[in-house]
Amino acid sequence: MAIIDMSPGEVRQRMMEDLRRALKRPMEKRRWAMVIDLQKCVGCTACTTACVAENHLPPGVVYRPVIEKEIGRYPNVRKNFLPRPCMQCENPPCVKVCPASATWKRPDGIVEIDYEKCIGCRYCINACPYSARTFDKGYYYSDGTPYIPEYEKKPAFEYGKVWPRNNREDSPVGNARKCTYCVHRLDKGMLPACVTTCLGDATYFGDANDPESLVAELLGSPRVMRLKEGFGTKPATTYLV
Amino acid sequence: MKKTISGLVWLIAIVGFVVGFYGLYQRITTGHIHTDYGSYIPWGLWVAAYIYFIGLSAGSFLLSTLVYVVRVEKLEKIGKLALFTAFGCLIAALLSIWMDLGHMGRVYRVVLHGNLRSMMTWMGILYSSYFLVILVELWFAMRVDLIKKAREGSGICSILSFGSTDTSPKSIQRDRKVLKVLGTIGVPLAIAFHGGVGALFGVVGARTYWHSGLTPIAFLVGALASGGALLTAIVYVWGPDRDREQFREMMKYLGKVVLALVLIDFLLEIAEYFVGMYPGIPDEAEPIKAVLFGKYWYVFWIVHVFFGVFVPSVLLFKNAVSQKVKNGAAAIAFAGLLIAVTFMAVRLNIVIPAQVSPEIEGLQYAFTGPGLEYHYMPTMMEWLVTIWVSSLGALLFLIGYTLLPIVNEEDREVA
Repeated sequence: MAIIDMSPGEVRQRMMEDLRRALKRPMEKRRWAMVIDLQKCVGCTACTTACVAENHLPPGVVYRPVIEKEIGRYPNVRKNFLPRPCMQCENPPCVKVCPASATWKRPDGIVEIDYEKCIGCRYCINACPYSARTFDKGYYYSDGTPYIPEYEKKPAFEYGKVWPRNNREDSPVGNARKCTYCVHRLDKGMLPACVTTCLGDATYFGDANDPESLVAELLGSPRVMRLKEGFGTKPATTYLV
Repeated sequence: MKKTISGLVWLIAIVGFVVGFYGLYQRITTGHIHTDYGSYIPWGLWVAAYIYFIGLSAGSFLLSTLVYVVRVEKLEKIGKLALFTAFGCLIAALLSIWMDLGHMGRVYRVVLHGNLRSMMTWMGILYSSYFLVILVELWFAMRVDLIKKAREGSGICSILSFGSTDTSPKSIQRDRKVLKVLGTIGVPLAIAFHGGVGALFGVVGARTYWHSGLTPIAFLVGALASGGALLTAIVYVWGPDRDREQFREMMKYLGKVVLALVLIDFLLEIAEYFVGMYPGIPDEAEPIKAVLFGKYWYVFWIVHVFFGVFVPSVLLFKNAVSQKVKNGAAAIAFAGLLIAVTFMAVRLNIVIPAQVSPEIEGLQYAFTGPGLEYHYMPTMMEWLVTIWVSSLGALLFLIGYTLLPIVNEEDREVA
């Protein structure tokens, strides 16, 4: 069934089936990919918010901003939107420059940071052509109020580990942080938070190495575009324009 | 006059150390929340201060090799002074970049668990080696004098002589040989680590302003210019002073070397900016426009070009190159001071402008929060930490100068 004939429910169903199938294969056989259909994105930023909630992101840290572009002059104005998660590059410039061997590309293509190893030099942040990495300086949303509520200290579960935010010293404070494609959810058979919350069904996810998968089908589209291809980074995050 | 200057430097260093201590206290207790760098401009004042001090260190070290490797006779008596200046600046540089880390306690990872494809790992390895070379070289350069001072009753010199008592001509000959070998190792090492710092920036393809083959070369020339200039100023105040004619000759020689280096550095800068601006490719041209005509234009035009190149060049030309002025030592030293101090503007203009343009247009409006902005002005705490680090470097130098035989006793005559 061509994707245009599928209902939103069916799209999600198919992605779940793709995911379960992919998880049965060994990690090195998988290549996770995200496809974002820019014609379908309505710029609601639900994905941004879902990501902040899922990963307990503090102020100043963002994994998936949606960049707006306004075209034309009033009253003939159009807007287009570009969600920007991590590109999970095949040749990640951020990995190469890390002086502490604290970041690497997993066999399934996800670029991972070990928060316990990162020294916080921010070289990777500068090296990323997409500004996909941000620095956790240690803020709380309740800074400047009389006390820090408990919910701000609740842990994030990035990379399948528990990261409570009890103080301003312990990781992930002081580290570079980035979108993980919600690898902690993937491991449990769930789609990334941005995919499940996308109102317009504009974000697709799956294993690009599986020819049966929805993303593999979409990657064959003539509408495919990747950001800054001239850098030779070969992003796994792909856009349909 | 020189006593007054020396006293003034002591005063500034002590005041800076005390005042800056508050910044250090804030940094240790509150981490990075009171800083202005963040996610979109990840590197700020502390990184600029680091490349500034490491440049001063590399520059004065390379000049010391003129003494120990090339044996330039005119400079013979300032070898130890050059080495010790390099040491003080190295400490300031390393402290500055250490403060900048998100996890200071993990700095050992750079050397023990480094990634050899990262320029920063190489920096860690090369700095460690450089640190050792400089310490060992200083010790051999001072060994005989340490023993002499220890005999006169100096406790610290006695400890630092590590039990060595041999002052025979044979041992002095051996020291010279060791110094030559260490200095010879030091030359490629200093070129590698400072060219390497340039490469650390140069290899970042995402920042077109840095991404140039000229970057490592400009770093090296800049290091020599600023380090040489600092050393010239230092020699005037603390240098060997006995033989007046010889001293004037030395100052003139240093003045000429520094003038040439400053002008070459300026030439490289013009080449970089002209080539970058000409095609008008935004990624490359925008940072240069920010430097030349942006909000902080005066950092380039007034601090750097006027006070860092034009005024010192005129002073150096008149007092070091032209034969008319008989005693221009003070003016040469002042020119050196101007160059050395204003070089911080060059370093800031390397680090910051590369980061002020969004990687993707519109990113600055996509999500807001602390650190998600494309303008940068160091906070009070950042300034205070840099003041503390600079003062510590200066104090280290001053205390070392007072306690150690950095300049031989018989050459110390102070006007």
